[in-house]
Amino acid sequence: MLDILLRRQQGPFLVDLALVAGSGTTALFGPSGSGKSSVINMVAGLSRPDSGHVTVEGKVLFDSSAKVDVSPERRRLGYVFQDARLFPHLSVHGNLTFGMNRLAAAERRIGFESVVEVLGIGHLLDRRPAKLSGGEKQRVAIGRALLASPRILLMDEPLAALDSSRKAELLPFIAKLSRQFAIPILYVSHSMDEVLRLADTLVLMDDGKAAAVGAVEELLSRTDLRPLTGRYEAGAVVRATIAGHDSTYGDTMLAFAGGVLQVGKTDLPVGTKVRVRIHARDVAIAVDPPSRISMRNALPTVVKSVTPAEDWLVDVMLECGGSDIWAQITASAQASLALRPGMHVTALIKAATITRGDLAEQ
Amino acid sequence: MFTLTPLEIEALRLSLLVSGWAVVGSLPLGIACAWLLARRDFPGKSLFDGLIHLPLVLPPVVVGYVLLVVLGRRGVVGSALLDWFGITLAFTWKGAAIASAVISFPLMVRAIRLSLEGVDRGLEQAARTLGCGPMRTFFTVTLPLVAPGVLTGVILAFARSLSEFGATITFVSNIPGETRTLPIALYAMTQIPGTEVEALRLCVISVAVAFAALIASEILSRRVQARLRG
Repeated sequence: MLDILLRRQQGPFLVDLALVAGSGTTALFGPSGSGKSSVINMVAGLSRPDSGHVTVEGKVLFDSSAKVDVSPERRRLGYVFQDARLFPHLSVHGNLTFGMNRLAAAERRIGFESVVEVLGIGHLLDRRPAKLSGGEKQRVAIGRALLASPRILLMDEPLAALDSSRKAELLPFIAKLSRQFAIPILYVSHSMDEVLRLADTLVLMDDGKAAAVGAVEELLSRTDLRPLTGRYEAGAVVRATIAGHDSTYGDTMLAFAGGVLQVGKTDLPVGTKVRVRIHARDVAIAVDPPSRISMRNALPTVVKSVTPAEDWLVDVMLECGGSDIWAQITASAQASLALRPGMHVTALIKAATITRGDLAEQ
Repeated sequence: MFTLTPLEIEALRLSLLVSGWAVVGSLPLGIACAWLLARRDFPGKSLFDGLIHLPLVLPPVVVGYVLLVVLGRRGVVGSALLDWFGITLAFTWKGAAIASAVISFPLMVRAIRLSLEGVDRGLEQAARTLGCGPMRTFFTVTLPLVAPGVLTGVILAFARSLSEFGATITFVSNIPGETRTLPIALYAMTQIPGTEVEALRLCVISVAVAFAALIASEILSRRVQARLRG
């Protein structure tokens, strides 16, 4: 449980944020300069709000009206920085135990062996940070923060400095952390892929303020928030369950409220609950149901709304068995189809456009 | 074989003793001053900085004279030391160590300060979030990271102390077995006609000691650097 109310004037820039987040992972998403890192630094005690309060898991860490300002070393928060910040004069083992050694044995909630195993860093223990790759460094940094048995884990764009293959390698680790170690996470990111995979609650940051707070699928499906969520990120997020894998071709079948969705091959076991993102730009609309077509998904839907997005794009919201599906078509397509609310149309989605990166385990 | 005469051994021993104590004694203060200059802003900082650097630009004789006036037996501080603790600094090897320390202090502070300014403050922040207070952070993170700078400062100060002459002879004079370090012994030789060989021998010893110190520092600093690089 995280309850923060922060106000801080930084030159001409004002950070003003009120946020209450439950367990699981809360993501602060926004472009650089939107105040995400300022917020996380204030929670950590590395910078001081002008006014407000910070309460983590029932413990008041900062309260300007009660004149409480707990120093960073007493806040018991784990902070994973974008640039790892491992101590170069200590071995990996020395780095991992750095925070842990400051704790009385009774306060060590998280075991050394389990962290080393989960992060797969057992073979690195004797090395120096200078001899680690970027991904390894970040894993050690996560381990170091976890081993301090923190009340909450703060992560400031931990993947931003890594290349995409390292990112893909590290994402599953982070996705598991919150549940595995029963620790809430406040995650700062400007990557929608990461947010979709990791976050339970999403905070859209804009100019130092929270423009919207809510469940990921709810916020990402709102067309009015698209300026904040990004044009290429636009798309509906629906909840689904892995229904099966095609034994011949390997495609994965997802069951959702609107029927069955055929997507690219995944290794997720049957029955896994997932959140799946369907990019608006990958959804096509047919007024008459097509036959003999390569697109595997042809879902019967009803048009909910049609709104011009930009000069040449139109957002079409489709309702499919209670789930919303967002399609983005060109203005000229809309001119020839003349879509209007209430029309029955078929939503067409290529199975290949939904990949492992668009699925987040719940 | 080059065997040292008792006189030479004495001068060498005194030189090492005086320089060693000058460096060891001034190191904590040097680190503290470097930290203040690198990390803190306070009124009068420029003046403080100037004061620390003054011995670098003043003639050593002036420094020696000021020390004599302040720390001499009849000096403001010197008489108090004598009355309260029975400590005499003027004309003793301890006084020589203080003279060397004052002269070499700016070199030590500069090296440590530069090194401190190069430390990634982010690492200190990381240590704070991991449960270390400011003091513990300094000793477990900052100090190990500036170890190369501290080493450089120590070596520079030690080398400068070995070669100290002006302030030493002014403050503590030339007393055999007490304040006659290598440079002072060499100077004394040059004042006596017909001691060219003795003077040359002292010269060779001085060069050898300086060389040894430089080589030792090079080896040490390589080791420290290697430790940091991993």
